[in-house]
Amino acid sequence: MADFDSPTENPEDADPVSGWQAFMDDPSMLLFLGIASPTLLYTLWGVMEVLSVPVAGY
Amino acid sequence: MSYTSMDPIPHRHWWRLPVGPDEKIWIAVAYAWCLVMLVWMVGWFFVGNQNQAGEAFKVTLDGFSNKSDQMIDQYQLKDASGNLMAEGETDVPVVQVPAGGNVYIAAHQFEWPIIPVLELGKTYVFHISSLDVDHGFSLLPIVLNLQLIPGYDYVLRFTPNKTGVYRITCNEYCGLGHHLMAGKLYVIDTAHGVVLDGKGGVKGGEIGGAI
Amino acid sequence: MATAILRNPQDFITCPDTGQNLNKPAISLAKANIFTAIVFLLAGGALGLLVALTRWPAIHILPSELFYIALTGHGAAVLLFWCHFFEVGVAYYFVTSPINARLATPKIAWFSFWLMLIGAAMATVMVLIGQATVMFSAYPPLKAHPLFYVGVILFAVGALIPMFIIIATLIKAKNERTYTGSMPLASFGILIYAIIAIFTWVMGAVIMIPTLLWSMGLIHNMDAQMYRVVFWALAHSTQQMNIVVHITIWYTLAAVLFGARPLNEKVSRMAFVLYLFALQLGSVHHLLSDPGSSFAWRTFNTSYAGYLAVLGSLIHGLTVPGGIELAQRRRGLSHGLFEWLRKAPWANPVFSGFFLSLVLFGFLGGITGVTMSNQQINMIIHNTVYVPGHFHGTVATGTTLAFFAFSYWIVPLLTRHKLAFPGLARMSTYLFGLGMGTFAVFFMAAGHLGVPRRHWDITYADASLPFQFSATVQMLVTVAEIGAVIGGTGALFYLISILGTFMGKTVEKGALPPLAEPAGVVAARLHGGTEPHIKGLEVPGSLVLCLTLLTFLIIYYFAQYKYLATIWGIR
Ligand code: HEM
Ligand SMILES: [Cu+2]
Repeated sequence: MADFDSPTENPEDADPVSGWQAFMDDPSMLLFLGIASPTLLYTLWGVMEVLSVPVAGY
Repeated sequence: MSYTSMDPIPHRHWWRLPVGPDEKIWIAVAYAWCLVMLVWMVGWFFVGNQNQAGEAFKVTLDGFSNKSDQMIDQYQLKDASGNLMAEGETDVPVVQVPAGGNVYIAAHQFEWPIIPVLELGKTYVFHISSLDVDHGFSLLPIVLNLQLIPGYDYVLRFTPNKTGVYRITCNEYCGLGHHLMAGKLYVIDTAHGVVLDGKGGVKGGEIGGAI
Repeated sequence: MATAILRNPQDFITCPDTGQNLNKPAISLAKANIFTAIVFLLAGGALGLLVALTRWPAIHILPSELFYIALTGHGAAVLLFWCHFFEVGVAYYFVTSPINARLATPKIAWFSFWLMLIGAAMATVMVLIGQATVMFSAYPPLKAHPLFYVGVILFAVGALIPMFIIIATLIKAKNERTYTGSMPLASFGILIYAIIAIFTWVMGAVIMIPTLLWSMGLIHNMDAQMYRVVFWALAHSTQQMNIVVHITIWYTLAAVLFGARPLNEKVSRMAFVLYLFALQLGSVHHLLSDPGSSFAWRTFNTSYAGYLAVLGSLIHGLTVPGGIELAQRRRGLSHGLFEWLRKAPWANPVFSGFFLSLVLFGFLGGITGVTMSNQQINMIIHNTVYVPGHFHGTVATGTTLAFFAFSYWIVPLLTRHKLAFPGLARMSTYLFGLGMGTFAVFFMAAGHLGVPRRHWDITYADASLPFQFSATVQMLVTVAEIGAVIGGTGALFYLISILGTFMGKTVEKGALPPLAEPAGVVAARLHGGTEPHIKGLEVPGSLVLCLTLLTFLIIYYFAQYKYLATIWGIR
């Protein structure tokens, strides 16, 4: 079990941090993900759905 | 020095810290349930009897209104003495389209335009739309609710499974008279003598009275 | 608490009670935003009470037109203005104090505050004078006065700007090295909130600007369905902002009250990232009973791309109480499954509001929300009072109650005034939770029986084809409204206490009393209860709570499908 209260590592350790950790520390990547995902998957796809409703002719 | 959720993480490689057993169990159980819901919802689309995705068409308000009028002209019922059947202060026509036919519900402020009559167990193609603003089609007491959008013909096949007098209420706010939009629908079973009683009810119907 | 390095100390004051460093401009802004939020809660709550007293069949207080005005006003004032002013306010605190950061561009933050305020006031006035009786959703072709849309747009733009300030503040703090390592979970939650908010308010502009032009007669075609698709990207995502902030507040209060830390940073942050990626997709669940979209789009989005966001919520559901449990067990409250919870400070409104919010949000808002956003289930509750029942479970007993609890801590911290009327404060969380919870449950029951939402008269007295709801249904609605009145009383007590606190006297020290050790801690230590684990689990009590929730969810879910299977065939 992880014990946070007594760090097992030296905080100045030069070992590069994991990619996921770096991702979560980087607001710009998160910003990109957070905007792109709903804009494409919900809004744009949804707008396409409505635009592609066929015309009944009456 | 202990830290909390309000402090920067005092651990350089926090990503590597192991996840506790409780969290592992919970994530596995929780996501397993999530997948059950996903499979169930998709499965119901293929094998379930109730799916509202339906079909839709873009229509003009006039065009849809004409369809509805034509239907009323053609299929409004007549009573024993040959008079057109209608109910309520506003004379809402009672309309029976043959099984398999198209039933147009052209809702408008603040009225349901027809009282449909359906045969038990037969399938009808409902076209539900609005001639002005959004309305809500809510069929009681089974509480089947659909959104009506002006300019969109929402096409769904309905197969009633209980006879009697159903009610329709508008449940999307549509203006200051929203609460006036109460309507009605009959399901009869002619083959078994469950028919309109001519007094606003259905003889021997299963559904009726207060909702 | 803070482990970081203070730069530019002249921009900070140090709280004598908690030792936190408070950035001066940030706290002024936080106070202004929170105060404004409270004023809107006062207005919106009063309108909500009038609505409730009208829907109470035996009272039916307002005439129809005023009812619809009050309902529109209630929705806008609480859902938009109360929540979002409050959130901007606390966000300024969260991105500064915990990391000793200075707020970026306070001048622009003030400018945006005024934009929001002018916009909110404008929209509210247009509603109250009867020029915008269109509900907060304002679906075209229902049309309001152009100034209503102008108000909403100003508010949205005013609420968008702070999100960039929040992100800039975080980036600047990192660059200035006001802290080392990764930012606190609380600040991370607010970062996620800010990103969601950017999407949200941009969607707001995308849909409200054409609607404004249409209301002015400059555009003639307003596609009703297109509006709904984009509108819900706005309006649903505003709810997601509420959720992210109230979850951040949960983590924070667990830290403040118990010294709790996340069980595991990776897990809690991943849960937030799942929100970031998938939560907004849920906007589609407002459109499941609409015409004009495919099964594929509906399914993908309403399942949050495979229930990822639901997973995120379920994770927080364990890790928030789990953090408390672990901290309590380490302090010696480790007997059985629930000693940690029984001996929590239930008389402290900060705790009671927080924990009730957690439980009620999960059991009332969460279970029902997950169920009703299943595609087919949606058509048996869409637009009935089930819907307001559900979302008072989320936004009232979840978000709003969490905000109550947080106010009792943050307002004394920011103002350095003692909490006024602590007796009222203590009652407020229970009254609001109980009252709104009752309202939610009974509205949902009435909704299952078909009572329409946004409806002035379910006796249909003036309708051409009137009908009756049964006495049972009337009874359910009555009980719901009694709950609403009790909840409204709780909100009133909150308002009195917090407004009193704002108006109180500054104290040198002791605005925030030191958190008393929960009863029993010392005793527990004496008889040696220090073993934090049961059968190798860290937080067995929280796990049991979560499994209980899941059991309810499963039963409820299948009960809905069981009912659905009995109705007409629909294809
Ligand atoms: C103060 C106590 C409150 C009372 C007494 C109350 C009461 C009500 C009632 C009776 C309705 C009418 C439902 C209907 O007819 O369809 C309603 C709707 C609503 N309430 Fe509340 N509520 C309260 C608090 C809140 C809070 C705190 C929020 C959000 C933060 C909220 C958000 C809403 C919204 C968005 C609606 C829907 C408006 C619409 O349909 O356009 N309420 N409330
Ligand atoms: Cu209507």
